[in-house]
Amino acid sequence: MAVTDDILEKSIDPTVHQMLARARELGLETVWDRYEKMLPECGFGELGVCCRNCNMGPCRISPFEDQGPQRGICGATADIIVARNLIRMIAGGAAAHSDHGRDLAHTLLLTAEGKGGGYEIKDEAKLATLAKEYGIATENRTKEEIALDLAKAVYAEFGRQEGFVQFTRRAPAKRVAQWQKMGIDPRGIDREIVEIMHRTHIGVDNDPVNLILQGLKASIADGWGGSMIATEISDVLFGTPTPVRSVANLGVLKADEVNIVAHGHEPVLSEMILAAAADPELVAKAKSLGAKGINVVGMCCTGNEIIMRHGIPLAGNFLQQELAVITGAVEAMIVDVQCIMPSLGSLCECFHTRFISTSYKAKFPGAIHIQFNEEKALDIAKQIVKVAVENYPRRVQDKVCIPDEKTECMVGFSTEAVIKALGGTLDPLLEAIKSGAVHGIAGVVGCNNPKIKHDHGHVALVRELIKNNVLVVTTGCNAIACAKVGLMLPEAAADAGEGLRGVCQALGVPPVLHMGSCVDISRILATCAAVANALGVDISDLPVAGAAPEWMSEKAVSIGAYVVSSGIFTVLGTVPPVLGGPVVTDVLTRGAEDVVGAVFAVETDPVKGAALMIAHIDKKRAALGI
Amino acid sequence: MTQPKEIFVLTDRCVGCRTCTIACAVAHSTSKTLFGAVAETPRPKSRIYVEWAAPAHKVPMVCRHCEDAPCMHACISGAIRRTDDGVVITDTDKCIGCWTCVMVCPYGMIGRDLERHKAYRCDRCPDRDIPACVAACPTGALVYQTVPAYAADVRRHASGEMVKGKGS
Repeated sequence: MAVTDDILEKSIDPTVHQMLARARELGLETVWDRYEKMLPECGFGELGVCCRNCNMGPCRISPFEDQGPQRGICGATADIIVARNLIRMIAGGAAAHSDHGRDLAHTLLLTAEGKGGGYEIKDEAKLATLAKEYGIATENRTKEEIALDLAKAVYAEFGRQEGFVQFTRRAPAKRVAQWQKMGIDPRGIDREIVEIMHRTHIGVDNDPVNLILQGLKASIADGWGGSMIATEISDVLFGTPTPVRSVANLGVLKADEVNIVAHGHEPVLSEMILAAAADPELVAKAKSLGAKGINVVGMCCTGNEIIMRHGIPLAGNFLQQELAVITGAVEAMIVDVQCIMPSLGSLCECFHTRFISTSYKAKFPGAIHIQFNEEKALDIAKQIVKVAVENYPRRVQDKVCIPDEKTECMVGFSTEAVIKALGGTLDPLLEAIKSGAVHGIAGVVGCNNPKIKHDHGHVALVRELIKNNVLVVTTGCNAIACAKVGLMLPEAAADAGEGLRGVCQALGVPPVLHMGSCVDISRILATCAAVANALGVDISDLPVAGAAPEWMSEKAVSIGAYVVSSGIFTVLGTVPPVLGGPVVTDVLTRGAEDVVGAVFAVETDPVKGAALMIAHIDKKRAALGI
Repeated sequence: MTQPKEIFVLTDRCVGCRTCTIACAVAHSTSKTLFGAVAETPRPKSRIYVEWAAPAHKVPMVCRHCEDAPCMHACISGAIRRTDDGVVITDTDKCIGCWTCVMVCPYGMIGRDLERHKAYRCDRCPDRDIPACVAACPTGALVYQTVPAYAADVRRHASGEMVKGKGS
């Protein structure tokens, strides 16, 4: 296996180097090969100036004046097309996060009704907090009774027609007032997503700024609605995360155990897979087939969900999903929804690996479909794990190649856990920020993207931030990247600037705090809101910034939009498809300041991206007089 | 003498995406990047065009660099000449913008640069091994090849077609 220079250029992760060399040896194609075959990517698409919203077209606007059409057939300018396309991406992302939230609400409803096939209400304190927020009576009531009312109230947020989404009121009053003034306070979750699809239909909204405002509105319904519901209800059902130690990277796969990779997003499935994998009968079965046990590991955000609640090892982030299969040691890749590559089907066929889809919403070529059903959750999970266990004898030992690398990490910093680590109040953090020991806080999130050297965008940006005393809170694929390089250990404080190092050492926490999966960016919002409320200011006044160094998904577009809408300056590490629209570009990078008190910046160099964030934090500190 | 390469067009391959036009303009920009090019003034210009030949064909059109180039003969200021590589180029210092070349070009391949008051056309990307349009085409509709090699490919294909169905 030769690790060539071009392989070294693709990632900073040695497991990726090893597995790409292995893929080449076996003649297997990966996402990086397909990316290279796709080059050059379509320039019209890169600029966002192609429109397929009606069948007079497809239309695309020439980015070069006098060199082709300057308007679509309907008359749409480049800016109209760019704005429509951008907010359709937001609709896709907000829909994905919110449907995840809806599934959690559904599971809570079934559990409260006694129909949940194995689920229980684990965090009664959080249940009570949420009930209070919704004005649901708790005295002399069982947790099931309270949960039933809460599930119904949360369910109603999706189809709400008028009024507001309850969790948006966690934002500072000034922020809510600004949303109301700009007409972007969401009335319901589904309504705003549907309205995007209406407005972007041929001949409806043709004002780029008006279109973008609706995009922001739907994104707020995601961050402070669908995503926040997903987080909070997951905590009620599965427990609010508290700091726990575990390990991350492909080396968590075991040569002598049944390896199950749980990949996707919703803990509804993975929690039950964990329960099933602990079933004595299935463990005995695995042993009878020659395995030493059953090893469940997580991938992508499913990995984040189960590592932070159970310390289950994390196999890797988005660009490592194919590489896990190429180890030849995976008995089953079990998936639900989001960020699951359709290439896994044909890749699994090259090995003994069973690729098992479980959601009627997400079917894949080459997958075995075992429909998951919350009412019979544990039974179905056992059936799925059984397929994996029975597959163990089919493993071809000659094809097994598991990298050694795995790194220890400390994860599970929910907002509640952060406050607990601070001694029960935000005050020590506020004092550290005021004194300058902690210069500011950065939320670094988002995907992987083969356009950026894998994990380099994430890690280089985060290292630069902590070096400059900026505390990093992270979720999603960035969190996994940080865990793999050891930035999520208290010892990593040694890499931080003097002030941050002291704070981390005093509290025994890492300088990079794992807050969860991509829906858990809602935890970052809630933390920012709590800090702003404690200081009596708006979120846009805080010395905080956001970044998505390797983003690629529509969900990330919605995240970027709601983070900026919440008043947080955000740096994107890959160029969004908007540069074909000069008005749209100006609104996102300059004009949004007047609307929501924050803007986007694009910087593909992670170190320069960190510098933009630090400069922004400097500006906010100066304005606060600290 | 080695044969110069030409840009050949496989008309049945073009899907009309106009990726070639973007690649051409970017190759003739100052920044040489798409995101940089769209911000430049004057905007860089494409020298390749995609025409619609009703009812079913999309045809990339690019300067043929004719051996007996009408534009070169017609140019009143002597601005058009052929390089050693066989590429017909317009010397913008000498061009007076009389548009005689436009009148005589049978393919309509000469453009007018309104900012510089000069004619412009395909220069076969002198700084690149493969012209930008050819490198960018996602369907392989543009082929950069010598005449003998291209003709040989056509012959091989045609000979196969001729004997098809006649048994072996």
